[in-house]
Amino acid sequence: MGKATEIIREKFTEFILDHHENGGDETVIIKPEGLLKVAKFIKTHPELDFNILMDIAGVDYLGREPRFEVVYHFYSMRRKARLRIKLPVSETDPEVDTLTVYWKGADWYEREVWDMFGVRFRGHPNLKRILMYDGFEGHPLRKDYPFNKRQPRIGPIN
Amino acid sequence: MGLRKTVTGIFGQESFVTTRLDSAIGWARKYSLFLYPFVTACCGMEYMSISCAHYDLDRFGAALPRFSPRQADVLMVVGTISHKIAPVLHRIYEQMTEPKWVVAFGVCTCTGGFYDNYATVQGIDTIIPVDIYIPGCPPNPHTFLQGLMMLQEKIQKQKQEY
Repeated sequence: MGKATEIIREKFTEFILDHHENGGDETVIIKPEGLLKVAKFIKTHPELDFNILMDIAGVDYLGREPRFEVVYHFYSMRRKARLRIKLPVSETDPEVDTLTVYWKGADWYEREVWDMFGVRFRGHPNLKRILMYDGFEGHPLRKDYPFNKRQPRIGPIN
Repeated sequence: MGLRKTVTGIFGQESFVTTRLDSAIGWARKYSLFLYPFVTACCGMEYMSISCAHYDLDRFGAALPRFSPRQADVLMVVGTISHKIAPVLHRIYEQMTEPKWVVAFGVCTCTGGFYDNYATVQGIDTIIPVDIYIPGCPPNPHTFLQGLMMLQEKIQKQKQEY
């Protein structure tokens, strides 16, 4: 178990579902309700100091419950260390808390995850599509989005 | 003196030539092409190399890019066209003054290429008329030069509006 995982597990035993480590990069899988607390903790704790939110990704595990996963990648400039936090999200209510309150850069990442996977972010200041256009129906990176479905703005449906 | 010699050298002693007006206008138009580069993707790199000194588009009178569609003759569509940008491309085409021609540069503009997905227009000819298709991913510069010469041939032979 890595150092960051240990510190987080000590503080938030009730939120941790699983954890693993590969090549010095740690991954912690937590319950969605613990996200805000854990995020604030790893940003402010002097021994963790993950001050950069590098990316947010969505994953669709169609057929599994919970179906979706939201993956956060953190980086500590001072410690040159990385941390990945994964959140299982259910299909019936795909909603997690926004991280824009701690990292302003989360804004566009969360819009992208909403656009592509349809996961909502509670408290996001401007949650609208970022890559697709207004009027586009559905979320194209979901595994059950028909691969040959076309929604052109002009021209024929080719 | 030198000029007179040249003129008689080309046209003979008569110093004039006869032609059809259509043919003369076509000859003038095909050697003064102002390109509008609508560059959206990686094909742009190849287009940049083509439009620089090494391949010397000035040989064809097509070296000057105009970044206003109102001053351009040839719409060069270079790169993948997504459904999101499709109305913009259509608007640019409508803003160009007649006579105008469209070149589809790269396989993405010709057919959509391997982007057979929710985001990509499957060939720009579903939106605007295309005169010359230049396939390739990206097209070889010589492929482009051949396409340009084919466009010139087409301009020369077409019925000229004036």
